[in-house]
Formats: sequence, structure tokens, C-alpha cells
Amino acid sequence: MPIQYYIYFSLALFSIGIIGVLTRRNAIIVFMCIELMLNAVNLLLVAFSKMHHAAALTSNAASTAGVEGQLFVFFIMVVAAAEVSVGLAIIVMLYRNTHSVDINFLNRLKN
Amino acid sequence: MQQQKVQQEYNYCKVIIQLNRWILYKFVFLLSALAIFSAIMVLVSKNPVHSVLWLIVVFFAISGHYILLNAQFLAIVNLIVYAGAIMVLFLFVIMLMNLNADAEPRKNWWMKLAGVVSGGCFLMVMVSLIRQATELSGKAALMKTGDIGLIKNLGKALFSDFVVPFEISSVLFLSAMVGAVVIGKKD
Repeated sequence: MPIQYYIYFSLALFSIGIIGVLTRRNAIIVFMCIELMLNAVNLLLVAFSKMHHAAALTSNAASTAGVEGQLFVFFIMVVAAAEVSVGLAIIVMLYRNTHSVDINFLNRLKN
Repeated sequence: MQQQKVQQEYNYCKVIIQLNRWILYKFVFLLSALAIFSAIMVLVSKNPVHSVLWLIVVFFAISGHYILLNAQFLAIVNLIVYAGAIMVLFLFVIMLMNLNADAEPRKNWWMKLAGVVSGGCFLMVMVSLIRQATELSGKAALMKTGDIGLIKNLGKALFSDFVVPFEISSVLFLSAMVGAVVIGKKD
């Protein structure tokens, strides 16, 4: 599969995530859109890793080039899991204080 | 006679290989269409529970992409961690706060339009950038073959070259757990 195809697909998913963050006001859905963007980046990293591997296989049949990209995806998933636990705790605290998950309530952090 | 038979078999093989590639491309396009449709449904559905369920469909489609790229470990981890753990956490929080009736206030239509236009501008700029990138022309991702995505090779690399980040990530998890408990505590 040509690599451009994966780039376009990931860009489409990433843009949908950006549009979601910009247009929705429910904090949980904004958070889910961030997860969507992370997944788009993960898919692109795996595709690039396979592209790199295909290029390395032509010179050395036993090459393991491209493992780093997939491990990077693994670490991104680890960090995303930690981030979700803390972020959802913050959202629960926000709901407990304001009885709403509207992110416009967070405007008061300005003052 | 013999040569004709060999030629015939060669032709059959070529047809089968092309059919295989055709089926593979169809699979990839089907999964991509499913993922993009579900991602749009995540945005437009009013009920947050429906958004979570559509997002799980997106994750399954992305796992299908990983399997087609022969990244089997990441496909399984994506299902277990994202669709299994994180989405259940989201669902749990939504049901805990009783948000499944949509309570989102109406936003100005021009704010939505501005969001969509700016996201579309980003997409347009990036697509035009990729279209004229000469380094990427002729490069292809290896489908179905290549064994770097198998758990043996990933584990070897993870526990030899990447063992320090691996240990640091355990500290990260501990701090995230303590942080979540401290934030979520009453008072």
C-alpha cells in the first residue's frame, strides 16, 4: 500500500479530532477526540515503521529496522492510559464542584 | 505441451496474486471508510454513550489496520488497552455522572462553523504539503509480511535497548495512580 494513502487517512482522522476539540463543549467528548488524534498518530507511526522496514529489507534480509517505531507506539499507549486516568479524575472533580462538564466553566481559571 | 502447461500455471498464479492484492486493497479501504464514518459519528452524536460506542468502532477499525500491516502485538494491545480499559473507564464516568441524557447547551452555529473551517484548513494545507513531497513518492508500507510487529522481536528490543524507558513508564503509572486518587478524593 503506498505510504501516501496512510498519511491521508491519518490526517483525516486527526482533523476530525481537531474539529471535535474545537466544536464540542462536553469535556468528556473533547477528551475522546484527543484519544482519536493519538490513535491517528499511532497508525501513522506503524505505517512509517513498516515503510522503513521495507526499505531496510532490500539490503539486509534479517534486518529488524523499524522496531523503534512500533515501540514508540507502545509507549504512547502507556502514556495515554496514564493521562486518561488523571484527566477523568479532573473531570469528575469538575463535575462535583459545578454539576456540569461544560468546558466553558474552566474559563474562570483565567482570573 | 509441457511449456504450455507451465505458462498456464504461471498465469494462474499471477491472477491469484492480483486477486489477493485486490482483496487486500478492498479490506484497507473498507476499514478506512468505517473508521472515518465512526469518527464523524463520535462528533455528531448528542448522547455521550453513543459517542463512546462509536469510538470503540474506530479503535476496532484501527486494530484491523494494524493486523493488515502485520503489527499483531500492537493490534492486540490496542484492543485491550484502548477498547478494553480506557473506553470502559469513559463509560463508567459517564454513567456515574448520569450524563447519558444530553445536557449540552446549544453552541452558536458560527462557532461550530469556525471550528469546522479551521480543521478543514489544516487538512487542506497538510494534504497539499504531502502531495508535493517528492521524498514520499514510490515508497510503500509493507503489508502482511515482515516480522518486526511480532511479539518476539518487539520483546527483544523492549527488554534490551528500551529497558530504561520501560521502567520509567512504571514510575509514570505509579504517579498517575497516586495523582488520580489525590485529585478524586473528597474535600
